[in-house]
Amino acid sequence: MTRPANYMYKSWWKILSVLLLVYTVIGGLLLPVPSLPALEETIRNLYFHVCMWFAMMILFSLSVIYSIYYLRGFDLKYDIYARQFATSGIVFGLLGYATGAIWMSYTWADPNNPAFQSFGALAREPKLIGAAIALLIYFAYLVLRDSIQDMDKRARISAVYNIFAYAMLFPAIWIVPRLLPSLHPGQEGNPAMNFKDIDGRMRMVFYPAVIGWTLLGVWITTLNIRVALFKEKKLSA
Amino acid sequence: MLYIGATIFVLFLAIDEPEHKVWNGLFWVTQLFICINAVAKSFLQESRGRMLYFYSIVSPAHFVLAKLLFNSLLMLLMSLLSLLLFSLLMGSPLARPWSFMGLVLLGGWSLSMVFTFLAAIAARAQQNAAIMAVLGFPLIIPQLILLMKISNAAFNPVITFKATDLLLLGALDVLVGTMAVILFPFLWKD
Repeated sequence: MTRPANYMYKSWWKILSVLLLVYTVIGGLLLPVPSLPALEETIRNLYFHVCMWFAMMILFSLSVIYSIYYLRGFDLKYDIYARQFATSGIVFGLLGYATGAIWMSYTWADPNNPAFQSFGALAREPKLIGAAIALLIYFAYLVLRDSIQDMDKRARISAVYNIFAYAMLFPAIWIVPRLLPSLHPGQEGNPAMNFKDIDGRMRMVFYPAVIGWTLLGVWITTLNIRVALFKEKKLSA
Repeated sequence: MLYIGATIFVLFLAIDEPEHKVWNGLFWVTQLFICINAVAKSFLQESRGRMLYFYSIVSPAHFVLAKLLFNSLLMLLMSLLSLLLFSLLMGSPLARPWSFMGLVLLGGWSLSMVFTFLAAIAARAQQNAAIMAVLGFPLIIPQLILLMKISNAAFNPVITFKATDLLLLGALDVLVGTMAVILFPFLWKD
């Protein structure tokens, strides 16, 4: 390939990712966790559900970084990077919803609690709205990409939209949810980063889990990027 | 103009004197659609020849700032008009009409800023106004949530406006303006 020194073709971080994920699954299911009312053992889902959102945010951020790279040099390679990172971010976002739905069905969706009887009441949850906005923005990004024929123009316009949308995403998912009442923890400050909120025993698994899942996301993306680059080569050859 | 009149008249025929939460929701949704229709024209209407002419006489930053300014003024006018019609036809549940008017102006300004930039993107992609809605709605939701939350205070004399919310709204506008100036040059050249 063109740049053998590229991190994409190194294997040490892929091995690290696998090791961390093995540790996450084994440690996450077996290590002791604090027993909290209503949560009980479901708190172990923290190692999966919250990590999905972390991975999603990091992948979207990488996508924006590559969009900025693209606008600096107009190298079409970076456009492919940005698109693939956005797609993987969407996948992790959907997985975040799925894990959240499973968790929710054991904790919030209590049939004895009248507040949680309708789906509408739960869907008003600000963090769900924020995540929905993030996913909608990146769906719109993909729609915009597919609607433009010219390759350079597509890359340029979608990079501009990506950066603009990302800048608007910050208020959407970091400020607005804190202004509205929520069922999620962490109304004030950063929930996962706050040392008071999260037990020391859980941190031993949680931080490696975040790194592991993110590396896995990056790994999947690099595979997609490599396929896309090959296709590009085939077209131009 | 006719669009505002027609929309609000239809609403007037459909429901009379809604309670204040419904009034608030309807008002901001109407504002959103008015904004899309008014602002979309600004870029989609320009012919290719005229764009080339602008390209030859001004820098992209000046051009986009002029567009933002013009659309802001247009939207301020439209907002005032629709507020007037709303109060005439749908009754006025406002406890504090003047502060609500200020908020409407601020909100109209935010909407027009965001949609001006999206209209530029949509125009470059040679698409119609429909793609603008697809691109714009997720971006505008946080601002609308913020606006509806703040404007609730205008219906109730007990709740006071929070300065931080207003500052946040202002900060978002400044952010959009800055992003537009930085990013527009990339959209501009063909």
